[in-house]
Amino acid sequence: MASGRDIHGPGAVKKSILLLLAPLLLSAERPRLVPDVSQRKIDIIYSFTGAELLLFGAILYPGGRAPSDDAQIAVVVKGPSQPVLIREKRKVAGMWVNAHSSSFRSVPSFYALASSKPIGTIVDPRTAVIYELGIDNLQLSPASSDYPEEERRFEEGLVDLKTRGGYYSETAHGVEISEGVLYRARIAVPARVPVGRYTAETFLIEKGRVIAAATRDIDIDKSGVEAFVTKASIDHSFLYGLTAVALSLLLGAAASTAFRRFRD
Amino acid sequence: MDLYLPIAGLSVNILVIIGLGGLVGLLSGMFGVGGGFLTTPLMIFYGIPPAVAVASSAPQITGASVSGVLAHRHRGGVDYHIGAVLVAGGAIGSLAGGALFRFLQDLGQIDTVVNVMYVVMLGGIGIVMARDAIGALMAEWRGDRPTSHGKRHHPLIAILPFRWRFYRSGLYISPLAPFLLGLLTGVMTVLMGVGGGFILVPAMIYLLGMPARVVVGTSLFQILFVTAATTMVHALTTRAVDLVLTALLLIGSVLGAQFGTRIALKMKPEYLRLALAFIVLVVAIRMLLGLTWRPAEIFTVQAL
Repeated sequence: MASGRDIHGPGAVKKSILLLLAPLLLSAERPRLVPDVSQRKIDIIYSFTGAELLLFGAILYPGGRAPSDDAQIAVVVKGPSQPVLIREKRKVAGMWVNAHSSSFRSVPSFYALASSKPIGTIVDPRTAVIYELGIDNLQLSPASSDYPEEERRFEEGLVDLKTRGGYYSETAHGVEISEGVLYRARIAVPARVPVGRYTAETFLIEKGRVIAAATRDIDIDKSGVEAFVTKASIDHSFLYGLTAVALSLLLGAAASTAFRRFRD
Repeated sequence: MDLYLPIAGLSVNILVIIGLGGLVGLLSGMFGVGGGFLTTPLMIFYGIPPAVAVASSAPQITGASVSGVLAHRHRGGVDYHIGAVLVAGGAIGSLAGGALFRFLQDLGQIDTVVNVMYVVMLGGIGIVMARDAIGALMAEWRGDRPTSHGKRHHPLIAILPFRWRFYRSGLYISPLAPFLLGLLTGVMTVLMGVGGGFILVPAMIYLLGMPARVVVGTSLFQILFVTAATTMVHALTTRAVDLVLTALLLIGSVLGAQFGTRIALKMKPEYLRLALAFIVLVVAIRMLLGLTWRPAEIFTVQAL
């Protein structure tokens, strides 16, 4: 084991201590992740058209060990989970109407995965399920599991809807690893995402298993006028409604007056 | 030019929304309809959540109606008497509509019911109006004297008790008729996000037998009050009124309404009615196809 490779000279004693402690330090043997994100807080203001997050960091190998060649990185940005009801349309008497429905207790509002290689080729299926790596491995917690086949169909429909809406994505080769030590990935956050606390998780994967993981939080929130308007609509809904009516009356009357003057 | 809508939670192109508002304003000024039957589906198509589209189009219709009402009042085209009865019916109708909306939403059938309502009402009215307008135009081309229909109200209206005199419209009918009409449009305003003008205008002409010169102004008068009430209902219950979206739509529609009123004065009423019939029928056919074609999305998601 290359744990005790000491480059600072006076290390004979230290080396022997390390050798003695080696069995205890095995856990420290594992590489560590030092992750960061370009933005810890995303403010939604009037000109918000989405954001691009840069997730970057370093893989620290204990004792300066040479980086492993088959170390892979996967990063996941996840939005707050929410319970949803999903309805399915069926053709009834020539018309498409909502027929069946099903509910899921925890559906992430946003899920973006980027990995250095296609995720299926770097983790074994069990690990992928445990860490929810990949859209197919999301645990959506169906409310009833009486009809597994039906649940499956609803789950596929939900995931398909989210994927085409840009809320769920998977990017193979989305993470760039340089010199086996530094990594970075770009994840686009569309403007339509709901506000809340997002998490950016980074996984170091070797031989099909996750050997290190780290998480950073990202807050996405409305700010400025946008925050004010949203808050007003909830806290002072009566005044908010009156404002909307007053605004419409005022603009309508103003245009009318302006045009009459213009014409005469 | 993109702008983020705080309540809708997405960014939109300013010019597209102003243009949409302008189109609606134009229709509003020309035909006395709110134009909601066109904006609401178009906004949903653009990606705005249906609840926000419906709630935010209500104050926008109010704004378009104000300038329309003022323009028509200027030339004595508003019958306040019938208008007040319509508004009373509309207010009660919008409350009933709110309850119905929630019930259908819980059943998950609100979309289907709204679409069927659109098809039946728009289709029926479009056909009646088109037939009538074409008939009038044909008669004119043949050199006949224009048939003086519509001066008399429908026999069913004559049955109703308690007759009142509505001087400006020159009518002696039961106030129950305009009251029920207002009630119906109030329900529709809440359910469909429309002002109800496309029901009101033909009903006033063909059922109540009101003279054409007061129909548009009076219809706008009723729409003004009912949409203002609906805005309040939405602000207090669904909280889906997006002020930014509303403001953008308003800018377009108040300008459009002015041009629409101007066009309406220059055009022959028959052509005007034919044009409205055409638009109404196109929307009805589109809705019918939407019901029978396999929808783009089989699944729909609703947050709990």
